[in-house]
Amino acid sequence: MTVIEAPAPAGRAGTVNRLLDRHASALPSAAAVVILLLLLAGAQAYFGNFVTPRVLSALLLDNAYLVILAVGMTMVILTGGIDLSVGSVLAFTGILGARMLAGGTSPLLVVAVMVLGGAAIGLMIGVLVQYFDVQPFIASLAGLFLARGLAFVVSLQSVKVTSPGILWLQSTRFQAGDWYVTPTGLLALAVLLIGAFTLAYTRFGRTVYAIGGDEQSARLMGLDVARTRVLVYVVSGVCSGLGGLVLTAYSGAGYPRNGIGTELDVIAAVVIGGTLLSGGVGYVLGSLVGVLVYGTIKTIISFKGAEQSWTQITIGMLLLVFIVVQQVIVVRSARRR
Amino acid sequence: MALGGELVLQDVDFRLLPGEIHSLMGENGAGKSTLVKAVTGALPLAAGVMTLDGRPRTFRSPQQAQQAGISAVYQEIDLLPNLTVAENICLGREPRRFGLVDWRAMRERAREALDTLGVGIDVTSRLGTHSLAVQQLVAIARAVSADVRVLVLDEPTSSLDADECAELFRVVRQFRSRGAAVLFVSHFLEQVYDLCDRVTVLRDGRFVGEYLTRELLRRDLVQAMLGDRHIPRRMAPALRVAGPQEPPWLSVRGLVVPGVAGADLDLLPGEVLGVAGLLGSGRSELARAVTGVDRVLDGTLQVRGEERSFTGPREAMALGVVYSSENRRTEGIIGDLSVLDNITLALQAEQGVLRRLPEERRRELAASWVEALGIRPADLDRPAGTLSGGNQQKVLLARLLALAPRVLVLDEPTRGIDVGSKVEVQNLVRELADNGVAVMFISVELDEVLRVGNRVAILQSGRVLETLAAEDLTVDSLTALVTGADEVDG
Repeated sequence: MTVIEAPAPAGRAGTVNRLLDRHASALPSAAAVVILLLLLAGAQAYFGNFVTPRVLSALLLDNAYLVILAVGMTMVILTGGIDLSVGSVLAFTGILGARMLAGGTSPLLVVAVMVLGGAAIGLMIGVLVQYFDVQPFIASLAGLFLARGLAFVVSLQSVKVTSPGILWLQSTRFQAGDWYVTPTGLLALAVLLIGAFTLAYTRFGRTVYAIGGDEQSARLMGLDVARTRVLVYVVSGVCSGLGGLVLTAYSGAGYPRNGIGTELDVIAAVVIGGTLLSGGVGYVLGSLVGVLVYGTIKTIISFKGAEQSWTQITIGMLLLVFIVVQQVIVVRSARRR
Repeated sequence: MALGGELVLQDVDFRLLPGEIHSLMGENGAGKSTLVKAVTGALPLAAGVMTLDGRPRTFRSPQQAQQAGISAVYQEIDLLPNLTVAENICLGREPRRFGLVDWRAMRERAREALDTLGVGIDVTSRLGTHSLAVQQLVAIARAVSADVRVLVLDEPTSSLDADECAELFRVVRQFRSRGAAVLFVSHFLEQVYDLCDRVTVLRDGRFVGEYLTRELLRRDLVQAMLGDRHIPRRMAPALRVAGPQEPPWLSVRGLVVPGVAGADLDLLPGEVLGVAGLLGSGRSELARAVTGVDRVLDGTLQVRGEERSFTGPREAMALGVVYSSENRRTEGIIGDLSVLDNITLALQAEQGVLRRLPEERRRELAASWVEALGIRPADLDRPAGTLSGGNQQKVLLARLLALAPRVLVLDEPTRGIDVGSKVEVQNLVRELADNGVAVMFISVELDEVLRVGNRVAILQSGRVLETLAAEDLTVDSLTALVTGADEVDG
C-alpha cells in the first residue's frame, strides 16, 4: 500500500522546507551557536584581543558550575517540569561542605555528603511532583526555601575553605600552550558528556523525552514514567550538589547567600540553548552553548567596564527573542501536519 | 470498573481464543474502549478476574501487559509527536547493546515493521510532521513489531482509506494464522463481517452476548447493540426537486492553499454537498480554507455574492460560516470543561465578554441541544472529556448549531462513532439542510457521502474534479472516480 500524500511543493523552497521540518527541533540550538559565534566575532572586532586562548579558557572555568546546573535543568525541563531549587541547593551544599571541611572532615566524605544532600532535596521535589501531583514550580519553590533556610542554619557568615584537596580542584591548571583547564572545568565537561550520552543512548534518557512529548502516551507505551520523573529531579539535585562543590572550590569559600537568582540564569541559558519550556525538545549540548552565550555577554560587559546590570538586560532581550523563535517553530510544525 | 467517576463496565464476560479475530461491538459509551483499557493494563479492575493461558493475571500497568505479550493500538493515537518514527515504533522495548540504545538496530526494526504494512516513510523523521493516517499506521506498526500473542486494535481504521485498510487486514489475518489472538474494535459492520470470526456485544457497560459472525445476521447484530430501541430506518433518499437555482451562500473559484491547487465550489442553501477524496486530496485543507481557519493564498471567495477574504475563523463565523474539525480531541472538545460550557462556548465568544449570557439562559439552551441531539448521559455539568467519542461529536455539533450557522462545514463528523449515533448525526445533517443551511460534508465513507449529500464534489490532488448529483452515483462508480481508476489508460 502506498500512502498518497499531497505532492510536496517542488523546487528549492520545497527542499528547504523539508530540511527545516526534519531538523526543526535542532533549529533553536543551531541559532544559539550562530549567536555565540556572532558575539565572539563582534567582541573580537571591537576589542581586538577577545578571542584568545586565555579568555576562552576562563569562559569555561568561570561558568563551570552553571554548566553543571544546566545539565540537570535541561533534563527537568525536557520532561516539561522546572527546578527552581538549584541556586539554593548550590548554596546549601556549598556552605555545608565548607563548614564540614573547617571541622576537619575528610574532603572525600565532604564531597559525598554534598552530592547526597543535593540528591535528597531533589528526591523530595520529585516525589512531591510525581506522587502528590504538586506543580513542579511549587514543589521546587518549596525546595528553594528549604535549602536556603538550611544554608543559613549551617552558617550565617561565609566560611573560608583551606582544604588543599578542594582548592586543588581550582588551582591546578593543565596547560596546552595558552589554553588551560582546571579539574573543575573537566568535571563540568564530564557531567555534560555523561548527560548528553544518557539522554541519547539510555532508556531513561529517551523516557525523559517521551514524558515531555505526551506523558499519557509514554505510559501506554510501557515506559516507566514515575521512576523517570522522580529520577530527573534527583539528577538535578546531584548536579546542584556538584555545582556547590565547584563554586566552593572556585571562590575558596562557602557563603549562604551564594546563588540567589542562579536558578533563573540557568533556566535562561537552557532556553537560549534551544530547549523548549513545554518539554520534549532540546539538547544538553545546546544548554552548554546557552551557558557560553551567557558567559560571553558577561565577559564582554566586564571588558567594556560597564555595569553588570547590562548582562541581565541583554540576556533578557535574547531570552525574549528565543522564546518567540521557539513559538514560531512550534506553531509552524503543528500547522504543517 | 470506574471511568470518569462512574461505573462503566459491570459483569462483563469476555474470552479471546488463540488464532481468532474477535470483534467487540456496541454503541458509543457501551464500554468498548474501557474494556480494551482493562485488557491492556491501562485501567485497573475494580472486581473480577482476568486469565491469560488459563492462569489468573493482574496487570498493574501497560508495561506488564506488554511483557505478557498483549499489544494495543488505541482509538486516539497515543504516540509521541516530538520523537522519530523509529522511536515511536520501538520505545519501551528498544534494541539495546551493553544496556545502551542501539539506534541502528532500532531504525532497522522500525523499517521492517513499516515494510510489513507497506508504508515507505523515513523512520528518522519526526512523527509530528506526518498526517494523522500515517501516524495511525505507525501506531499499528508499533503494535505488530513486538512479539505479540494478543493484538488489540481499537478503531484502527477510522483514519485509513480503503487501500490502507486492506493492507492492515492482510497483516491481521497473517497474525491469526500464526496463532495470535486479535481483538478488533470497529464501527464498520462491513469490516467486522469481512475480518472477524466472533463478536462480543456490549450495551451500556453490560455483556449482551457472544456470537459467531457467520451465524449472525447484520440486522440481529445491530439489534443486539441497540437493545429495545428501534433500529433507525435507512434514510429516505435525499429528494430535492430541482427548483429555480438559488444563489449559493458561499462559493469559491480557483482556491489555492497548500494542498489545494485551484478548487471551485458552490454551497447552496438547503443542500448538502458531499466531499469525497482520497487521503491527501486536499479534503481538510479545502474545508479549513473556506472557513477562514487557514489563510487563502489565491482565488476568490464569495459569501452571498459578495467577495470576502477571511483573516480568521471569527470573521467567517460572523458571516455564518462555521467549521468542525476532524480532530475532535485536539481541535474541538475541551475535555476539562463541562458539557454546558462546551456547548455555549462559541455563542458566548460571539457575544463578547461584556454581554455575558445569563446562567439560566445558557442552561436552558444547552439542555435543549442535549435533548435535541440525544447526548448521553444528559448531564450538563459532566466534563465533556468523559463522554464517549460519538457524544463528544454531538456536543461539538451543538456548539456550532447554537450559532445558528448559514454554512456548516463538517470534516469527518462521523469518524470513530458507532452505527446508531452515525445515523443520528446523518439525520441531523439532512434536517439542517432541509431548514435552509448549506452544508459541506466530508467523509471517507463513500456510502455515507452518497446517502447524506445532494451533490458530491470529487476531489483529486487538490482539485475539484467534478461535482455530480448523488442520485446518479453508486458507491462503486464514486470509488472509481475518487481513486481515478477509470483514468488508468488516459
